[in-house]
Amino acid sequence: MHLTVTNSPFNEEQTEKINQILPTLTTEQKIWFSGYLTANQQAGIKENVDAPSQEVAEYLLNTNSPSKTREITILFGSETGNAQSLAESLETRLKEKEFTVKLSSLENFKPKDLKKVEDLFIISATHGEGDPPENAVSFHEFLHSRKAPKLTDLRFSVLSLGDASYEFFCQTGKDFDKRLEELGGERIAERIDCDLDFDEPAEEWMGNVLLKLTNSSNNDSTVSIPEIDAPDSEASPVYSRTNPYMAEILENLNLNGRGSNKETRHIELSLEDFNIPFEPGDCLGVYPKNDTALVDMVIEKLGWSPDETVSVNTQGKTLSIREAFTTHFEITRLTKPLLTKAADIFRNQALTTMVENEALLKTYLEGRDLLDLISDFPPQDLVPDSLVKILRKITAREYSISSSYKANPEEVHLTVGAVRYQTHGRNRSGVCSVQFAERLEPGDTVPVYLHHNPNFNFPFDGETPVIMVGPGTGVAPFRSYLEEKEELEVGGKTWLFFGEQHFTTDFLYQTEWQKWLKEGILSRMDLAFSRDTGEKIYVQQRILENSKDFYQWLKDGASLFVCGDEKKMAKDVHEAIIAVLEKEGNMSRDESEIYLNQMKKDKRYQRDVY
Amino acid sequence: MTEDKSSTLIEKLDEMERIKIESNYLRGTITEELENQITGSISKDDTKLLKFHGSYQQDDRDIRDERRRQKLEPAYSFMIRVRVPGGTSTPEQWLAMDDISNEYANGTLKLTTRQAFQFHGILKRNLKQSMKNINDSLMDSLAACGDVNRNVMCNPNPYQSEVHHEVNELAGEISNHLSPKTGAYHEIWLDEEKIVDTHNDEEEVEPIYGKTYLPRKFKIGIAVPPSNDIDVYSQDLGFIAIIEDEKLTGFNITIGGGMGMTHGDTATYPQLGRTIGFCSKDRVKEVAEKIVTIQRDFGNRTERKNARFKYTVDAKGVNWIKNELNGRLGWELEENRPFKFENNGDRYGWTKGNGKWHFTLFIQNGRVKDTEDYKLKTALREIAEIHTGDFRLTPNQNLIIANITDHKKKQISGIISKYGVTEGESYSGLRRNSMACVAFPTCGLAMAESERYLPTLINKIEEILDEAGLNEEEIVIRMSGCPNGCSRPALAEIAFIGKGPEKYNMYLGGGFAGNRLNKLYKENIGEKEILNSLRPIILKYGRERMDGEHFGDFVIRAGIIEEVHSGQDFHS
Repeated sequence: MHLTVTNSPFNEEQTEKINQILPTLTTEQKIWFSGYLTANQQAGIKENVDAPSQEVAEYLLNTNSPSKTREITILFGSETGNAQSLAESLETRLKEKEFTVKLSSLENFKPKDLKKVEDLFIISATHGEGDPPENAVSFHEFLHSRKAPKLTDLRFSVLSLGDASYEFFCQTGKDFDKRLEELGGERIAERIDCDLDFDEPAEEWMGNVLLKLTNSSNNDSTVSIPEIDAPDSEASPVYSRTNPYMAEILENLNLNGRGSNKETRHIELSLEDFNIPFEPGDCLGVYPKNDTALVDMVIEKLGWSPDETVSVNTQGKTLSIREAFTTHFEITRLTKPLLTKAADIFRNQALTTMVENEALLKTYLEGRDLLDLISDFPPQDLVPDSLVKILRKITAREYSISSSYKANPEEVHLTVGAVRYQTHGRNRSGVCSVQFAERLEPGDTVPVYLHHNPNFNFPFDGETPVIMVGPGTGVAPFRSYLEEKEELEVGGKTWLFFGEQHFTTDFLYQTEWQKWLKEGILSRMDLAFSRDTGEKIYVQQRILENSKDFYQWLKDGASLFVCGDEKKMAKDVHEAIIAVLEKEGNMSRDESEIYLNQMKKDKRYQRDVY
Repeated sequence: MTEDKSSTLIEKLDEMERIKIESNYLRGTITEELENQITGSISKDDTKLLKFHGSYQQDDRDIRDERRRQKLEPAYSFMIRVRVPGGTSTPEQWLAMDDISNEYANGTLKLTTRQAFQFHGILKRNLKQSMKNINDSLMDSLAACGDVNRNVMCNPNPYQSEVHHEVNELAGEISNHLSPKTGAYHEIWLDEEKIVDTHNDEEEVEPIYGKTYLPRKFKIGIAVPPSNDIDVYSQDLGFIAIIEDEKLTGFNITIGGGMGMTHGDTATYPQLGRTIGFCSKDRVKEVAEKIVTIQRDFGNRTERKNARFKYTVDAKGVNWIKNELNGRLGWELEENRPFKFENNGDRYGWTKGNGKWHFTLFIQNGRVKDTEDYKLKTALREIAEIHTGDFRLTPNQNLIIANITDHKKKQISGIISKYGVTEGESYSGLRRNSMACVAFPTCGLAMAESERYLPTLINKIEEILDEAGLNEEEIVIRMSGCPNGCSRPALAEIAFIGKGPEKYNMYLGGGFAGNRLNKLYKENIGEKEILNSLRPIILKYGRERMDGEHFGDFVIRAGIIEEVHSGQDFHS
């Protein structure tokens, strides 16, 4: 049978290729192929009715070009594990297409091997103020150094992950992209910079990459790679970031006693039928809803009807404005791209002028939200559909899990500090934390997903001593770890440093540490309460005070974990550890740094800071 | 005695005896426990030893359950009781107490029913510094609690100046003589070097007490008739001053009084002290010491509920004790001398004696604090800043600003009127004679509210008194949150002892002068029933009382309640 556009669902190109292949197949091959397609069709049809035919085409394309001689290297620089999971996903897809793929973190990739690499794909997050994530630092340094080799035979593409609310958005990805080109590499797919809501752009980039690779191994193809949701072969749904699980709230209480300046919520969520195990150190993503009071103010200010509908995605899904602002879009943060785009549609001269001034723009973004924007720069003739097109999707907040799966497989606990502050004459609150604090009760549900954090892994060998530094909500993963140790009855010394403002009201999970101390699951605990005495004491002081023991623990092979505030705490703790090494280990500053770097490489110094 | 035998013996003894024996003269592991950062508490054994140092571990019971759910330990804090023999302190000491209350405690001062200062809400990390500051003010808390002789009470009436002065001195001497001699207090709180080594002879370390101290607390008080303000019959050992030709000659001695009992245990009961004879004033210390050693040797050390001296006296018999005492003294007590008690309350307002002025002010339940509309604490601080006399804590939790010179009287009057400090004149006779212990939220023993509730209850009883035309009538009313009876409820004309939340046992018929125990009238009742029960009785009293007849006497004469002659009949 000769296929044509009219007697088949395929387009001209597809029919051409199928007609080329079909006559060459043996009967056996045809039977196998038919079964393969049927099976795939059943799996994929749920999600995407267009998929089967495209898959056929793709498959045919691939089978038509079996010669994939160039080796592919995927490198990731991950802060929270997102880059790693995307890299793994790309690896899986490429392997399915029988490419030769090597996957590695930037940290574990030997720079001297770079000149041998043929096709390179880098997926990298950006850290803080445009710096590379910890596990990408040395590669980044190498690549930008004089030692970097000429890469004239290299083909590459970069996917960068970031957060548009930071000034140096996706900087590390941009750096890699630019530098690889400078070194002579050929960019085979444009870099894509992903904001917090990275799923769609990352998918687009992978599509482009796959397309280029297959095209280059089959010169005349223009078939695009479809979006494919992983077909599920099992009965129970697979929950993920894009398919979150609706978790019921079992418990929601304030851990801070009366009279505290702080409010830290202890949240227990049901994971009945969730069926995904997690490890101490892993995070739970929670999709929050905006405060309807703020939503209503925004809508009122815009003079719109809250019931008017807007389309919220490219698939044409519509919601009322009120619903869209509540559940779908981010309205509590401003970003540079948002303001630039707003300037195009607001028809407000003052805004247009401001976005041209980088410094003014940067200052303005700080601590302001959508309500400020439309109040300070009232738009003219702005229609809802135009506004929502420029808004970011509301992003999930990820919290370090504070319970053990093995101890409570049907539950997950979070330790959430309620964020409240005043700026620009208005009280502001953290979308997710204050939703827990004020708007969610036991019985309510929240969409959640599990986020494995490969960079915060605790030892369970029963021997490695563990030092944990976790002031404030940073103590969450350590509760998870000790609970798991207790459940597994695993030995090994543990030492926890905890700090907060006041002993009486802010000693989070106090009775649990007391119990674990008594039972020996926690060997030692040192505390720093900053507002109980005239002089402010923080965890780093406790580390310094106990430098001798601290150093002895490190010498005994202790793994060191730091979780919590990055800017103030983690930095000072790092300095304190350096000081301990200098003092007790008679090391120079450089030697201390080298020692700590080695500990990082050995996964003995891990941080989860925010 | 072999090791085995002694350990078997210890097993039979009350747990507290073991703790004392192992404590190395009250040291225990208090120092180590104070340094433990993980908890605001100290170990259970140490809490018991801490009492000997004048401090109780407590927690805010209002939020105990809330905190448990928050995964926080109870809001532990410490009470410190400052020993003030005879209740006399200087203005400088008053200011020091005021400072400590603001800096480390909950901002209030409690004047106790035993003439001591009490701080509440001191956190563990501030305990040592508070103790130091107390000592810097030349006071201390040693033996303010615990199985030892407690603060020696004494009538503080300065208008009987000569006699009072002498009596007050004696209270101080007895107190010092019976203080524990262990160096533990000074080592733990004042960083003094350990002086006495543990190897030293028991008699050298604690010549009176020995290493197990007393079986239970021991209370001594000195009354100066006609006032029985110190409730001499409630004391383990009481001295009643005998004044002949306006001179103090000596004391009648009472033994075996006490308030505490346990609900539902009729083997425990409040008891009145019995008078066993007279001794001259120069032999008071000797008598006190020998009585204490009798209790040390014969008190019950296996059952703490029956360990107070009153049970020893009742078990052995008054005469046996008297003979034992005479034997230990090597001389015999004289016959009782005559005296007369008229009341056990305070005389409020201005009085003059010995050429000086004295102002007794009413302090509701002994709580010195500032409220929105009554800045009592500030007023007293201002007075202390200019006062040249002294401050005297009365056994009814009131305060006498004593020995005010003519010169200062105007200034002090000015402060008194500026802050509206009251001598209680505008209050009913019932309120002026009211007393409540602390109870909730800090006291670990409380079963029901006391200090926080009695004022409200009195408001409601006053409505009945108004109706009966008895607003000015002095009636002694007392409330305790538990049957240990810190407010000496068993001697009140109307008394309430906490049974459970908002539930009380109501007692009637105590003697106005603290000379007769009351009796249970209704058990386990709430406010409504309290008022419904009292109403007909008070109205009847208003109509039928005889001239000068006190309420406590009336309820007996009217057959409303049976008279109690001895503590052993209390439950019958």
